[in-house]
Amino acid sequence: MPIETTSGLIEDFQSIGVKDRLNLLLEFSENLPTLPSRYLDHPDLLERVEECQSPIYLFVEVTDGHVYLFFTAPEESPTTRGFASILHSVMDGLSVEDTLNFDDDFPSKIGLAEAVSPLRIRGMRGMMARIKRQVSEKK
Amino acid sequence: MSIEFDSNPKFADYSNPEVLVSSEWLSQNLNSEGLVVVESDEDVLLYEVGHIPGAVKIDWHTDLNDPITRDYVSDESFAKLLGSKGISRDTTVVIYGDKSNWWASYALWVFKLFGHPDVRLLDGGRDKWIAEGRELTKEVPAISEIEYPVVKRDDSTLRAFRDDVLKHFGNPLIDVRSAEEYSGERTHMPAYPEEGALRGGHIPSAASVPWAKAVAEDSSFKSRAELEAVYLDGAGLKKGDNVIAYCRIGERSSHTWFVLNYLLGFENVRNYDGSWTEWGSLVGVPIVKGSEPGRAPAPKVA
Repeated sequence: MPIETTSGLIEDFQSIGVKDRLNLLLEFSENLPTLPSRYLDHPDLLERVEECQSPIYLFVEVTDGHVYLFFTAPEESPTTRGFASILHSVMDGLSVEDTLNFDDDFPSKIGLAEAVSPLRIRGMRGMMARIKRQVSEKK
Repeated sequence: MSIEFDSNPKFADYSNPEVLVSSEWLSQNLNSEGLVVVESDEDVLLYEVGHIPGAVKIDWHTDLNDPITRDYVSDESFAKLLGSKGISRDTTVVIYGDKSNWWASYALWVFKLFGHPDVRLLDGGRDKWIAEGRELTKEVPAISEIEYPVVKRDDSTLRAFRDDVLKHFGNPLIDVRSAEEYSGERTHMPAYPEEGALRGGHIPSAASVPWAKAVAEDSSFKSRAELEAVYLDGAGLKKGDNVIAYCRIGERSSHTWFVLNYLLGFENVRNYDGSWTEWGSLVGVPIVKGSEPGRAPAPKVA
């Protein structure tokens, strides 16, 4: 199961002001899990998310009907790391079905568009689209 | 009173050496009265991760763009923003940022639309400052708000609109996007619609000079001779040319605008900030696909 529910996460962001949302995003960014060594040694397995101006790569594993997510992005791209970390916290460990049905509009609901601009939020949508596509290929 | 210029010999070759400062100069002048350092990044969180001591943050999305109209903020909002950052009309402003000052140049261009007199770039930006092991802090400076006058933005000198581009045909255009964007190839991703513009390609006759060709490996600007090789020998610009630069939304082309205008001394350079997201969706305007510039149509007569 993911460590956060979408409703809990939306509540966390919506209950604070715009400036604090940036700080919360920064916390997520700092807590993006590092890649396990099987991916560190095989960067070719990861897929680049082109919608992000910063380089971010992701990989999806499907094990026993559950979906596990792996991301990597450079330290100089904290916003992109933050987006990845948010998705990790609400999607990692979901069932295949719940992943494919995951709310595509979730990035708009956390109130980050005001804090970071709608244009930047696109990157998170790009990550979600790729997660779903990889899952449907691997299920 | 503006602060003394950086007499770094590298800058002396440029047409307007006073618009650049080196990291060494900045570290020596950080506490100067009348100086405000501004960080402006692509990544909206980098300032929070750590910034040059005393620097304030201005974000182009959330501070410099109007939230409703596709345009820059109003004269009143710009005055309020600068006042809130402790900047007055005679403050010397030094802007720096990530990605070789790509967004910092954009912020500088907007400052110039409002005619702020003394605004300079930190050569090499954030990356060079960090690479040299210079100090960063997470501490946000306490600022007392001051008065910045409401100044009317001048959109006629440094900025081009789509009709200006239609009238400009026959004069040089510089497309500063990547080769793939220029040719109109696009990577269509499954489950992700192509967005940004409805057509791929470039404005007819535009020369392709990706913005990063102006940047050295350490993120600083290339020398004058190297820049001339890129823009004069490479792209065929000639002294006295009237030039319009564009990219996707006008950010990367601000960087090229800065180079042509201040470093190479072109006196008539405009940034078309509508750029490809506008032109590539406009009904009825000509475009060219592929890697050749294509011929300029007849300019539109007013």
